[in-house]
Amino acid sequence: MAKVLVVTSGKGGVGKTTTTAALGAALAQRGDKVVVVDFDVGLRNLDLVMGAERRVVFDLINVVQGVAKLPQALIKDKRLENLWLLPASQTRDKDALTEEGVGKVIADLRSRFDWVICDSPAGIERGASMAMRFADEAVIVTNPEVSSVRDSDRIIGMLDSKTVRAEKGERVEKHILITRYDPSRAARGEMLTIDDILEILATPLLGIIPESQDVLKASNVGTPVTLSNAEGAPARAYIDAARRLCGETVAMQVPTERKGFMDRLLRRRAA
Amino acid sequence: MSMGLLRLLRGNKASAPVARERLQILLAHERGLRGQPDLLGVLREEILAVVSKHVKLDPTKVIVRLERGDEVSTLEVDIEVPNDFERKKVAVG
Repeated sequence: MAKVLVVTSGKGGVGKTTTTAALGAALAQRGDKVVVVDFDVGLRNLDLVMGAERRVVFDLINVVQGVAKLPQALIKDKRLENLWLLPASQTRDKDALTEEGVGKVIADLRSRFDWVICDSPAGIERGASMAMRFADEAVIVTNPEVSSVRDSDRIIGMLDSKTVRAEKGERVEKHILITRYDPSRAARGEMLTIDDILEILATPLLGIIPESQDVLKASNVGTPVTLSNAEGAPARAYIDAARRLCGETVAMQVPTERKGFMDRLLRRRAA
Repeated sequence: MSMGLLRLLRGNKASAPVARERLQILLAHERGLRGQPDLLGVLREEILAVVSKHVKLDPTKVIVRLERGDEVSTLEVDIEVPNDFERKKVAVG
């Protein structure tokens, strides 16, 4: 049965689009049929991160308004057979996202895919509420930093009250994904710990993505980080997170401090 | 060398525990307010309505401040009233 997953956060710049692309690619690589949907109307970026920015013809708003049919607007990924993108409109207003229209598109996507991953815009306005409205599950992307944790708490409150599931008395299954985690700053006590964040938000952990150059490099070339450097730490963390979403039990890897030059030198000498 | 000793030598205190405590207090408060009407807004409007019954005032000259303390909090309502308000009142009455 198809699952609708929203990637959300409240705060901007925490890694929602990176996460949508990485989880989408990781799930598609497992063989599931995946569509990633950009809800950031007016400020689309998922197309850019996925490397499909020159292939956009129609978008979500066109489909919502009936100007284009869904198959016309879906863009097939060039690397993965099972991965598709439904871009956001760059020119329209986010008020064009009517609840009825979005509901129809999501229902149609459900019949065609195993995973419908909705990339939410920042904030708590219409775009964000529409992205989460029909979700079965939510990934709340959180940075180990006070403003991000506060906004995540607010978003959790919305997931528990403003979604179709919540209104029917059902639950949206929520997961925290901690991104931009810097082990050396954590060790120095400069950053909220994983335990602090989970205790404050009272929501289970899906994964910890370390701060890494890989993420910027991946977006520079328009490739999900799980494909651009599959052996890198962020890719491995995202692939593990995707496995957990599929119900697998995978031991949680807490990123550790990378050894400095002197440590490596000394170890080499000792060996 | 233990992390604590390292920190002592560096002379700086870990800020993460402060972040944690501030968040816990703030979120406990914000969760309580969720779905509730905006208390400050309601107070401001009702106080304004009462004062306006007797004194003509400019709504933009009303400032409501809330300061949360550990033991008690203070609500400060600062209403700028024109000096001739009593004469006006007499004129109306």
